[in-house]
Formats: sequence, structure tokens, C-alpha cells
Amino acid sequence: MSASNEGSRMNGSGSSTPGGVTRVNLVKDLRLEWRSKDAINSMTFFSLLVVVVFSFSFDPTAEESRQIAGGLIWVAFLFAAVVALNQTWAREIRNQVLDAYRVSPAPANSLFLAKALGNFIFVAVLEALMTPLFVIFYRMRAIGPVWQLGLVAVLGTWALVVNGTFFSAISLRTRSREVMLPLLLFPISIPALLAMVQATTGILNGEQSRFWIVLLVTYDLVFTTGCLLLFETVLNAE
Amino acid sequence: MKKLFPILGVITAILLGYALYEALVVAPTEQTMGDVQRIFYYHVPSAWTAFILFFVNFVASVVYLAKRRPVADMVALVTAEVGVVFCTVVLVTGPIWARPVWGIWWTWDVRLTSTLVLWLIYVSYLFLRRFSSSGQTPLLASALAVLGALCVPFVYLSIRFFRTQHPQPVIGGGGSLDPRMLHVLLINWLAFSCFAFMVCWSRYRLEKLQREVDEAEAMASLMAPRGSVR
Repeated sequence: MSASNEGSRMNGSGSSTPGGVTRVNLVKDLRLEWRSKDAINSMTFFSLLVVVVFSFSFDPTAEESRQIAGGLIWVAFLFAAVVALNQTWAREIRNQVLDAYRVSPAPANSLFLAKALGNFIFVAVLEALMTPLFVIFYRMRAIGPVWQLGLVAVLGTWALVVNGTFFSAISLRTRSREVMLPLLLFPISIPALLAMVQATTGILNGEQSRFWIVLLVTYDLVFTTGCLLLFETVLNAE
Repeated sequence: MKKLFPILGVITAILLGYALYEALVVAPTEQTMGDVQRIFYYHVPSAWTAFILFFVNFVASVVYLAKRRPVADMVALVTAEVGVVFCTVVLVTGPIWARPVWGIWWTWDVRLTSTLVLWLIYVSYLFLRRFSSSGQTPLLASALAVLGALCVPFVYLSIRFFRTQHPQPVIGGGGSLDPRMLHVLLINWLAFSCFAFMVCWSRYRLEKLQREVDEAEAMASLMAPRGSVR
């Protein structure tokens, strides 16, 4: 109901172009999230739990935590991202929004990009909230250049959400879809995850991590292209 | 075509028997590892067969995405299933060989880890096919297969670099293979490929029949008078 109002209101401002469709969908998702705060609350609490549980189970010293923090932080974000990714398409099933989208002439990739960008923003907010906690709990101090951590975070988060958005659209069509998403997403994310963890650990320890950043960039490019090429097929497969 | 199947079966049986004889009796005993090395003749051909099957799966998935022929989808399904079986054989025979030779069951070496990740990707593919509730499972599955195949070079590269950064005991070494061993290896590979082809074929026929039965049942329930549907 509000979506149709939104649509008619935005029509005048170029929402019929692919970029416009992306913007309208992204704004809608952000507004929904802003009002409900479902994804961000559950993700934050979930990753907080992971931080606390890991901290108890390993009880690391400052030197040890520098070695393991890269792994911990990304595993926590990966698990938390799954929470948001699972909700991303499920909410479009109610009221047959996805069916309506399918019959509309709007390009499928615009919707995909909007969803991926939305998830990227959610996970980035989560990371911004959780990173200070990690620093405090694990007494972290980077030896290498800190700005590279930001680069790794952006590239790594995109790698997770672009595949995650795609696979959650696939797992929408399965029984027990909440379980299915990690089963599909984790194996394919292994190289990206390895690259994020190694780059983070490398930067924290002041080692060279250029290879991993290049690998992440390539991974992002290849999989973004792949997902964009295949998404229309997946959206229309019912 | 149906008559060819028993012939292929006999040829495969003969080949497998001959390959077993070659591997256990004819092949020379390895100098340092001893008889345990003979597992090599099962381990390596299984790996090659599995990789070929996964490659066929990728090609069939691309063909399905382009042409939407059910045959391509069935080939993709069958090769993924049989490929996972052969890959499992690789992952099981590997540690059995490693334990007496290296003293450890497992090491996070490039090949071992890449094979394991490959296995994980294709198991998730089979999970998707099993759990999908959509009528368009083949499309979803082929999309996953294409992305999975795209992932393979990344897996190999990343793990390779990961391991070269942290040196491990050198495994296997770059030594050359005795020509007699190579001969036995190739015979075993031929036998395994024939066997894999046979299993794929029979699984393909099963899948085809299953689909025909499903279709017939769907038709029957459509044609049945109201109220008498099971």
C-alpha cells in the first residue's frame, strides 16, 4: 500500500530508469529497517554474543588476540550477516510483492543491486558498532596501516553481501530456507573469507597483505558480474 | 543404446579386474613407501575422474542456462552426484595413505584443502537440489553450479598463497614417476572413467524414468474425475 504511494510519488523524479528503481527500492528497505530495526538489532545482539562467547572460550592475551582477532571478527560478522540476509527477500513474499515485481517491466538487476546495497549498509553499520567492542574486549592495536582495514572491510563486506543476497534469493525457493542460506553461502565464500581474515591479521601484525586485497577486489568483480548475469533467471524461477 | 549398456558393463568389469591386478601385482613396489603406495592407483584416478565430472557438470549447467534442455539438467545432476562420490573416495583414501607415509591424517595443504572445498561446494549443490521446493530447481541449481565453478580458481589461488606464506613440510616432492607406474596409473584411470561413465549412465536412465513417472502421475491426477484424486 505504502509502496504504491511511494511509486507514484517517485515517478516524477525519474524512478523508471534502472538507477531510479534501485534508489526507490533501497530507500524503501532503509525506511523499513529504520522503523522496525529488526535486522540491525538481531545482528548486533548476535555478534555481541559471539564476541563474548569467543572471549570466554579462548581467553587470549594481547599478543594472541592479535593473531586470532582477524578470524574471530570476520566469523562473527559472517554469522551475523546471515541473520540480515535471511530477512532480505522473505519480507517481499508477504503480500506477493516479489510476484508483482516479476510481472512489472522494472529490470531485475536494479532490484538485486538495491537489496545488495541495503544489506551492505546494514552490515557496515553493524561493523561500525561492533569494531570498537572488539578493540576493547580483545585489547587490539594494529601495527600495520589502519586505513587498509577500512578497505578490507568494504571489499570483504561486499563479497559477503553480494553472494549472500543472491543465495538468499535462491534459498527462498527451498524448504527450511533459513538453514539453506548458510549451506549455500559458506562454501563459496571460503576464498573471500580466507582473504579477509588473512588481510586483517596481516594488517594487525604489520605484515604485507597486498595479495589478499587484490584477491578480494577480483573476487568482488567476478562474483558481482556473475550474480548480475544470473539474477534475472533466479528471480523468474518460481 | 540399451544393448550397449551390458557390453559396457562387461568391458568395465574386465578393465577394473585387470587394473586391480596391475596395481597390486605388476606395478613395482615404491622404494621408500612400500606397498602402501599402491593406494595411489585408486586415489589419483578417482581425483581425475571427479574433476572431470565436475567440469562436465559446469558445462551442462551453462548449456542448460542457455538452451533450457532437460537433458542438460539431468547430465548436470548425475555428474554432480557421481562426482561427489568419487571426490569422497579421494578424501577418504588420501588420509589412509597419508597416515603411514607422512605420519598425519590430514594437513591443510593446497591440494587437500582445495579438494575439500570443492567437495563442500558440490555437496551444497546437491543439498539445494534436494531441498528445493520450486518447480524450477534446475535453473536455481545451474546458477549455483556456475558460481561454484567460478569459485574454484579463487579457492586454489587463495589456499596456495595461504600455504606458501606459512611453509609446511614438503609433501610428495617433485620426483618423476616410474614409467611402469605411470602405465598402471593410466590403466586404472581408464577403468575408473569407464566405471564412472557406467554409473552416470545408469543414474541418468533412473532419473529419466523417475521424471516420466512423475509426469504420468501428474497427468493422471489432472485427468482423474473430481474427488477421486489421491
